[in-house]
Amino acid sequence: MSRIKCFWLVVTVIMQISFAGAAFAKPIEINWWHAMRGARGEVVQKIVDGFNSSQSEYKVIPTYKGAYDEVVNAGVAAVRAGKQPHILQSFEVGTQTMMMSGAIYPVYQLMADKGYKIDWSQYLQPVLSYYMNADGNLMSMPFNSSTPVMYYNVDLFKKAGIPMLSKDKPITWDQVGEITGKLVKAGVKGGLVTAWQSWTQIENYSAIHNIPFASKANGYEGLDTKLLINNDKVVNHIARLKRWMGDKRFYYGGQKYQGPKSEFIAQNAGLYIDSISGIAKLKKAVKDFTWDVAPLPVESWMKEPQNSIIGGASLWVFKGLPKQDYAGVAAFLNYLAGNGPQILWHKATGYFPITLTAYNQLKSEGYYKENPLQEVGIKQLTRRIPTKISRGLRLGYFIQIRNIINEELELVWNDSKTPQQALDSAVARSNIKLREFESIYK
Amino acid sequence: MIKKRSYFKTQTLPYFLILPQLLITAAFFYWPAVQGIVASFQLSDPFGFRSRFVWFDNYIALFRDPLYLKSIETTLLFSGLVAIVSITCGLFLATMANRALRLTSLTRTLLIWPYAIAPAISGILWLFLLHPSYGVVAIGMEKWLGIDWNPLLKSSNAMLMIVLASAWKNISYNFVFFLAGLQAVPHSLIEAAAMDGASPFRRFWAITFPLLSPTMFFVTVMTIIFSFFESFGIIHAVTQGGPGGSTNILVYKVYQDGFIGLNLGSSSAQSVVLMALIILITVLQFKYVERKVQYTG
Repeated sequence: MSRIKCFWLVVTVIMQISFAGAAFAKPIEINWWHAMRGARGEVVQKIVDGFNSSQSEYKVIPTYKGAYDEVVNAGVAAVRAGKQPHILQSFEVGTQTMMMSGAIYPVYQLMADKGYKIDWSQYLQPVLSYYMNADGNLMSMPFNSSTPVMYYNVDLFKKAGIPMLSKDKPITWDQVGEITGKLVKAGVKGGLVTAWQSWTQIENYSAIHNIPFASKANGYEGLDTKLLINNDKVVNHIARLKRWMGDKRFYYGGQKYQGPKSEFIAQNAGLYIDSISGIAKLKKAVKDFTWDVAPLPVESWMKEPQNSIIGGASLWVFKGLPKQDYAGVAAFLNYLAGNGPQILWHKATGYFPITLTAYNQLKSEGYYKENPLQEVGIKQLTRRIPTKISRGLRLGYFIQIRNIINEELELVWNDSKTPQQALDSAVARSNIKLREFESIYK
Repeated sequence: MIKKRSYFKTQTLPYFLILPQLLITAAFFYWPAVQGIVASFQLSDPFGFRSRFVWFDNYIALFRDPLYLKSIETTLLFSGLVAIVSITCGLFLATMANRALRLTSLTRTLLIWPYAIAPAISGILWLFLLHPSYGVVAIGMEKWLGIDWNPLLKSSNAMLMIVLASAWKNISYNFVFFLAGLQAVPHSLIEAAAMDGASPFRRFWAITFPLLSPTMFFVTVMTIIFSFFESFGIIHAVTQGGPGGSTNILVYKVYQDGFIGLNLGSSSAQSVVLMALIILITVLQFKYVERKVQYTG
C-alpha cells in the first residue's frame, strides 16, 4: 500500500468515527465545584446521579475543591483564567463578594430566562432572604443551610434537678443563668460552652432580638454600611457571659466547634450552643449520656423572638459560558429544589430542606415524630416572617470582620479588654474593612 | 603549563545550557514576584474585573494598622524563640551524640525523623498533647499539677505551644548539621587542649564552638527562614493566629487577608514587605555575622 493510500484510509476512518460520535450526541457537561466532603460528598454524588439518569441531554459533574475558602479561591482563579465552572458553592459570608463580583448570572434571572415559573413563596423564607438582593430577588440557590441551636446534657440536668427544656419555646437568658448556676453547684466543671461565637452570640443574638447588626439594613441597602454591634444590648450580653466566666457558668472553648464540642462530650459543660449539623456529630460521638436539643435562649423582654439566621452555603451560577449550557444549569437547579433531592439531603445531612413542600411532606411522613431533634432548628428559623434586620447579613470582607469579632471577643475572655472596649474596637476595625471594600466598587 | 580551565567554543552554548534553570526561576519565582509587586499597588476586586492603580495606598494602610505592626513584633519574637530553642537543643544533642558515635547510626536516624514530618502534622501532634480540652498533657497538668494551661485564651501559652511545635521539628535538622560540623573538628586540637588541662566545657567553648561557627551561621539563617515561612502549617493547625491575634505572624496574615479574605492588594503589599524583610535579614546576617565566622579549621 502506498503512503498516500494509507493516508486516505486513516482520514476516512477518523471521519467515520467522528460522524458516528455526532449521531450519538454527547450530553452537555455541567461542572459543579463544591466543598462537600466525606458523607456529604456522597450525598451530593447521589443527587447528581439522580439528575443525570433522569435525562440524557446534560451531565452534571460535581468536583470537590476543598474547604469553603478553597472553593471560592478556585472559582476566583478560574474566572480570571476564563475557565469557570457553571456552578460554584460559596459559603454565606462570601455572599456580598460573589454578588458584587460581576461574574455571576443571578439565579432568579436564569430561572426566568429559561422559562421556569417558580413560586418563591413555597421556600423557607429565612433561607431565601439571606441570598436575596435588596429588591427581594434571589441571587444564588440556597444549598446547605443550618442554624444554631442549644444542646443540653439530660443526665446532668437530672442530677442537678433541672426540668427538661421545651423544643418549641425558648428559655430566657436569665434561666440559662439559673440552670448553669445549678449545674456548677452540682459539680459540673462548666455551665455553657458555645461554638462559632461570632455567629451564635452576636450575629444570631442580634437577629433573634431584632437588633441591627449593621446600618443600611445590615448592609443589604448599600455598601456604605457600618457595624452597630457595640450597642448596649449586645455589650450587656457579652458582659453577662464574661461575668459568668468568673463562676464557671460560661466556659470558653475556642472559636470553632472542636473545643466546645469536646467539652460537651466530656461532660465538662451541660449546655452547648452549635449549628444543627452538630446533631449528627453528637449522635456519633456521645455514648455515655443522653442529650437533647432546645431552641436558642432569648431575653425576657423579647416577647416575640425573631427567626434565627442561617449559616452554610449556596450555589452561584457563573456567566460567560456557552449559551446552550444554561438550560441545563436551570434544569439541574430546578431538579435540586424538588422534593426528592431535598428530602434525601435533609435526612442524610441534617441541613434544612429549602422548600415548604419538602418540609410538609417530611412532616406528613412522620419523619419529625421519629426525629424530633431535626425540627427544633426549622421551627426556630421559621417562627416569624424575617424582618429587614433578621433576614441576614450582607457585608463585604465579612470573613475578616468575623475574624476581628472573634479576636476582640477573645480579648474580653482573657481580661485584656472590657466588653465595651472590645466591641467598640471591633466596630472601628470592621468599619475600616467595610470602607476598603466599598472603595473597590466606587 | 597545562590549562586547567575548560571553556566553551561558542558564546551561546553556556547560555543555552543554563536556559532551563533560568526559565524555571523566571516562571516560578520572578514572574509571580513581579505579579505580586504589581498587585500591591492596585486596589482590585477578587475576580479582577476592576482594578485601580493606587500608588502606595496599600502600604500606607498597612503601616498605619497597629495590628500589622504588632504582627511584625510577633514574628520577630516567634522566630527569635524558635531559633534559640532549636539551635540550643540541636547543638546539645549533637554534642552528646558526637561523644557516643558508636550508637549513632540508629540514634541519628531516629533523631532526624521529626524533620520529615510536615509542619501541619507536627502542629496536630502538639495539639493532641496540649489542647486544653483534649490534650493529654494539658489535662494531666491541670489534674495533677494544678496548672491552669489554656492556649485558647492565654497569649503566652499559645506562643509557647507554637514555639515548641516549630522548634521540635527544627531541632533534628539543626542536629544533623551540627553533628556533621562536630565531626569535622580536628581531634588533635581538642587533645592538645586536654593535655594543657582545659576542662571539657572550656574545650567546647574555646575550640569546638568557634570552629562550628560556619555551621551555626548556616543553621541560624535556615531556622529564621523556616520560622518566617514554613511555620505557617503549624500556626494554621494549632492557633489560627489566636488568641486575640497574638500568634498571627506575618505569613499567616498574608494568608488570612489574601486567601481567606480575598483582599488581594493588601495581601500582596504584605508579601512584598515580607520579602523585603527576609532579604534584609539575610543581607545583615551575611554582612555582620559572616565576618566573625571562621571557615578554616
